Amino acid sequence: MYNFEFEKPSTIADAVAALGDEDAQALGGGQTLIPTLKQRLASPSALVSLSGIAEMQGVCVEDDGSVAIGGATPHAVVAREAAGSYPALAALAGQIGDPAVRNRGTIGGSVANNDPAACYPAGVLGSGATIVTNTRQIAADDFFEGMFSTALEEGEIITSVRFPVPQAASYQKFLQPASRFALVGVYVARFADGVRVAVTGASEDGVFRWSEAEQALSKEFRADALMGLSINPMNMIGDLHGSKDYRAHLVAVMTKRAVAACL
Amino acid sequence: MTQVSMTVNGKSVSGDVEGRTLLSGFLRDHLSLTGTHVGCDTAQCGACVVHVNGGAVKSCNMLAVEADGAEVGTIEGQAATDGSLNTIQQAFQDHHGLQCGFCTPGMVMSAAALLKENPRPTEAEVRKYLEGNLCRCTGYHNIVKAILAASGQDVSSIAAE
Repeated sequence: MYNFEFEKPSTIADAVAALGDEDAQALGGGQTLIPTLKQRLASPSALVSLSGIAEMQGVCVEDDGSVAIGGATPHAVVAREAAGSYPALAALAGQIGDPAVRNRGTIGGSVANNDPAACYPAGVLGSGATIVTNTRQIAADDFFEGMFSTALEEGEIITSVRFPVPQAASYQKFLQPASRFALVGVYVARFADGVRVAVTGASEDGVFRWSEAEQALSKEFRADALMGLSINPMNMIGDLHGSKDYRAHLVAVMTKRAVAACL
Repeated sequence: MTQVSMTVNGKSVSGDVEGRTLLSGFLRDHLSLTGTHVGCDTAQCGACVVHVNGGAVKSCNMLAVEADGAEVGTIEGQAATDGSLNTIQQAFQDHHGLQCGFCTPGMVMSAAALLKENPRPTEAEVRKYLEGNLCRCTGYHNIVKAILAASGQDVSSIAAE
């Protein structure tokens, strides 16, 4: 990898200032970014580590019952510390990568990268979470803008992600065992006012909501309510791991499993 | 160049590194602790697993500067100072938990992290925890057996396959 300047600020304000330099890049846990740098797919002039910012660490339950997770919180910490307050999300965090990756990779890094097969985007979109940055709050529905693309501006930092806690939720991941990403992953969350279904791993547009399934499940929350519903394979990812048709089929299967797991 | 200081296997060390220097490179090239192996260099194989502040990490996927001030544990710190093997290492030897041995440092460090979190894991929990450690001799069965034995569990009923 090409060399770069390294900075490790201890406050969000200092991190924002450091990211103001041209070609500076934020570094979360580096579990995607470091391999990317090794392949010389990116060559930032400076890396600004977010791991030294105390206020971006940890899981806490807010007064309104929502769960706020600091942007620099590693997956292993979420898996442990959110297990009581939001078990389905903790379970999702505990399925990312492998134990060593989960000790480094962070929620902010994963969400900002918006890999089309990453787990967190499904949990964030499926929960209807709010992405909190150093300048604003962005609803998950407005945040994910397609494969590796988000509403974040240059130099904007995800300081936390705030999750409303549903009545029941489940993430069902069909593992791609070599990469440990989701071949298809479906997050189903049942709230008092309706059901949200978010799908990762499947679409060329990245994470998406399956609205037909949401409508059917909001009327009747049973796996059978999905009978006859299918995903159009046209926009699905087709690669050596699975064809477009295969992924479209898996979306329905994993959605049914997620519903069954909620009941 | 940036100066980094950390504790490695209980000893204070420091060195000047570039921003891009990986923790694995610092351990191997600056400290000559070559027990930490770099297999894939893509954070998949787990041969480079070390402990940073008690947790397992892939040292080829962490910058040395990010470990500044940290407590780092490597395979060299596992045996006693007189060279006698610790419980996990001894179990790997007793149960033939290695063939070529390349993956073994990472396997032992992952096993140590597992047993710290979960002192009496089930076989399924051991296999799950080793998802990020690849053994190309396909020696998993005896590795799992060794880790179960190191946790003090009876492995006599686990037949070699």
